[in-house]
Amino acid sequence: MLTKSTHDIAASFSRRGVLAATAGLMLGLASLTGAKAADDTIKVGVLHSLSGTMAISETTLKDTILFLIDEQNKKGGVLGKKLEAVVVDPASNWPLFAEKARELITKDKVSVVFGCWTSVSRKSVLPVFKELNNILFYPVQYEGEESERNVFYTGAAPNQQAIPAVDYLMKEEKVKRWVLAGTDYVYPRTTNKILEAYLKSKGVAQEDIMINYTPFGHSDWQTIVADIKKFGSAGKKTAVVSTINGDANVPFYKELGNQGIKAKDIPVVAFSVGEEELAGIDTKPLVGHLAAWNYFESIKTKDGSNEKFIKDWQTYTKNPKRVTNDPMEAHVIGFNMWVKAVEKVKSTDPDKVIDALPGIEAPNLTGGVSKMLPNHHITKPVFIGEIKGNGQFDVVWKTPGLVAGDAWSKELDGSKDLIGDWVGKKCGNFNTKTNKCLGSGS
Amino acid sequence: MPAKLPARLCSLLLSLLLIAFALPALAGPFEDAVAKFANDDFSDTEEAVGAIASSGNKLAFPIISALQDGRLMADPDSKKVYVTGTDGKSIDAATGEAVDSVPDSASAVRLNNRLRRSVDAALGSLTLQSPDVGTRLQAAQSVFKSHEEGALEAVDAALAKETNKSVKAALGEARAAILLFKSDATEVEKLEAVAILKTRGDQEAMALLTGMGDQPASVTKAAASAISSIQSSLAVWSTVQNAWYGLSLGSVLLLAAIGLAITFGVMGVINMAHGEMVMIGAYTTFVVQEVIRTRYPGLFDYSLLIAVPLAFLVAGAIGVLIERSIIRFLYGRPLETLLATWGLSLVLQQAVRTMFGPTNREVGNPSWMSGAFELGQITITYNRLWILSFTLAVFAILLAMLRYSAIGLEMRAVTQNRRMAASMGIATSRVDALTFGLGSGIAGIAGVALSQIDNVSPNLGQSYIIDSFMVVVFGGVGNLWGTLVGAFTLGIANKFLEPVAGAVLGKIAILVLIILFIQKRPRGLFALKGRAVEA
Repeated sequence: MLTKSTHDIAASFSRRGVLAATAGLMLGLASLTGAKAADDTIKVGVLHSLSGTMAISETTLKDTILFLIDEQNKKGGVLGKKLEAVVVDPASNWPLFAEKARELITKDKVSVVFGCWTSVSRKSVLPVFKELNNILFYPVQYEGEESERNVFYTGAAPNQQAIPAVDYLMKEEKVKRWVLAGTDYVYPRTTNKILEAYLKSKGVAQEDIMINYTPFGHSDWQTIVADIKKFGSAGKKTAVVSTINGDANVPFYKELGNQGIKAKDIPVVAFSVGEEELAGIDTKPLVGHLAAWNYFESIKTKDGSNEKFIKDWQTYTKNPKRVTNDPMEAHVIGFNMWVKAVEKVKSTDPDKVIDALPGIEAPNLTGGVSKMLPNHHITKPVFIGEIKGNGQFDVVWKTPGLVAGDAWSKELDGSKDLIGDWVGKKCGNFNTKTNKCLGSGS
Repeated sequence: MPAKLPARLCSLLLSLLLIAFALPALAGPFEDAVAKFANDDFSDTEEAVGAIASSGNKLAFPIISALQDGRLMADPDSKKVYVTGTDGKSIDAATGEAVDSVPDSASAVRLNNRLRRSVDAALGSLTLQSPDVGTRLQAAQSVFKSHEEGALEAVDAALAKETNKSVKAALGEARAAILLFKSDATEVEKLEAVAILKTRGDQEAMALLTGMGDQPASVTKAAASAISSIQSSLAVWSTVQNAWYGLSLGSVLLLAAIGLAITFGVMGVINMAHGEMVMIGAYTTFVVQEVIRTRYPGLFDYSLLIAVPLAFLVAGAIGVLIERSIIRFLYGRPLETLLATWGLSLVLQQAVRTMFGPTNREVGNPSWMSGAFELGQITITYNRLWILSFTLAVFAILLAMLRYSAIGLEMRAVTQNRRMAASMGIATSRVDALTFGLGSGIAGIAGVALSQIDNVSPNLGQSYIIDSFMVVVFGGVGNLWGTLVGAFTLGIANKFLEPVAGAVLGKIAILVLIILFIQKRPRGLFALKGRAVEA
């Protein structure tokens, strides 16, 4: 009772406050009071935290979906109907995600949901989407080892971010010694397990790998930075692969800068630091540290699609300094894929849309075309960017083509024989050795 | 015949043209190298840096230092390269002639980490004989880092002329590093090099010694003994380092908890919104810096000094407001106070989120708070050092205030025996409001300091509230000295546990230890005695 009531307070308060969410509130109210507009609009659920710890990252994604719906409605909507956003606030509370997802599907009758950031929130809503048979587009890079019929993963799988980044460091920076530093939860732990297996397969010895976990929101990095410095002084080129999440990055980078660890001595490549996160730090001491993503705001495209997107986004948010980032691009791709699939089957019925989505192509913002794969992951280019003094990234390397997302890592013993295939095998965890579908429960 | 003449003319013209086009190529390797910058290719840039550094051309230093600072502009269309000076004037990098302006199509030559290292190495050997002592020292250090054989001559030449003692030592170390890796250096030279590195005795020296590869047996043996001696001295230093980190963490804990020691410790109010007061202080710093950035950029280094009193006033005023509007109705009802202040903390967080947005706000470090200095083999960062001194100053002032000022006397009187104080003519409810305001104001001051090391986001306070309560309860409720000792004990214990157990387990271990300790001594380290306890 206690938790629920306070979260309701927080939820309603944030709705009142956040600028663009006012529209969402009105729509939400309309849907509560009898849903009279139900027939002439298609409802799109937005399940991102607008309060609590994750609000820092997720609020932008909520705005992104509102922006995309606005753009789509200007073009005449979908199937002749206008799109209507239903925004809810799960308040960074994992059980509340499931509750709010249920509310979106059963009460608001949404046709699709765009949402979640942390893996634990995705895991929490999974049973709801399976039970009520709806569609979730998940826009964040994650640890993989999952392929569900009702979920479409538009963020990077480990082979679309972590592995290419490590390859880059090995080839370009000749790194021989590795620090895998992460926040203590499922994404860093799984990613580091995959990376450790990958590094060992490349001949890196156990003593040249240091793995370090820190609690959420860790702010005292003195010891760890000193340890990294010490580990780096063994006469071999050392790099840090960071899966440190969210807020903890700012004090981490500040400490690196203050203790004088320069990128040219020990580069840090991060998987969770983007333009949004850098907006809170003075990046001059960080120049040269790296990030691996499938999108950077600074990427120049020949057809000007990224430039146009940034301009439209800044006009929409009325903030000429508002940055764009990778999960936003994932939502753009996912949203456009969903629109195309709906138009293809001329229906918003989840079963039809789920079957139509694999094979659908949509342009990404870096000049290529991404495709939805049978395992519900997409193809993406991988970029390595260096932090610049102005908080943006300078792309120093990219994969020659698009990389197909692996639902199951090829590096781990438990999953290297598994594939996800919702087209031919109708199975998310098909074992190619035994030719059997493991079925639900994993 | 008449037809042949034009043909000859043509061929003549053609060859002239060819010569004209070939001219830049004939202009020499230096110009060739400079033109490579315009290719926007990291390998080409690296070749260019190497060629220019060894060219002996007097433009080499301006070009490479411009490259380092992002002032080297290349035009991909005309393949021309320009150096823009810090004074805004530009020269053509190939010829050194002044140019009026750099074309718009030119962009700064890009660098990656590998290139930054070669640029450093190149600049190092170019500036070894610079007239400025600081530059020479830096040059010697970057040669030490890169220890490329090519720099040996330059180091020897510089060493012969050098008069400054510390630069001379640095040059000697650079020379040793080069010799250690030089394949044709004699055994005697290498043994000397090992001895020099042993005296240097830091992590970098150890890195060189461990990574030196195949060497004559005597050198390997000497290196092994040098490594073990460096290791044992570093082990001692690492204990000192842990203690320093512990003090610094303790100072942060103390700063966050000190306001709570007043509201919770002295007044007995369980204030869950304490963290939000810290956050408000941090946001005040942000606003102050924004105003300074836009209006008075010259004052940036003083921004924190301006923010401290403002944060105290803002957070203190909000504290008084909270006390007057909510808490005074809830005295003696701890559970309701807890719930109300917790709700209040959510409201404050969301209010800040609405006003400033959910993302982190950038609070810059003034120049005197950035960087670090070396003390023996440990690195002490200025921001931590300042925070430690600041915390102790705040503590001392607060203690003095409670002890010597009239309001301090009243506060102590009210907390010790409210009814007696009231009958002596003290306006207890006014004192309550002021005490709560004081605690909140100090939390605001803590926010100013914490904005220097942590995120300025609406969640800032949440991460400190648990730790603050832990410190106050551990130290003994109602005792400022207890809070001081508690904070430093927890900080140091944490930092000695962390290298052994890791950050996650270390934190858990501390919590378990505190629980056990509270079982033994429910009133904390410094329990109040006598009648005041039950008051």
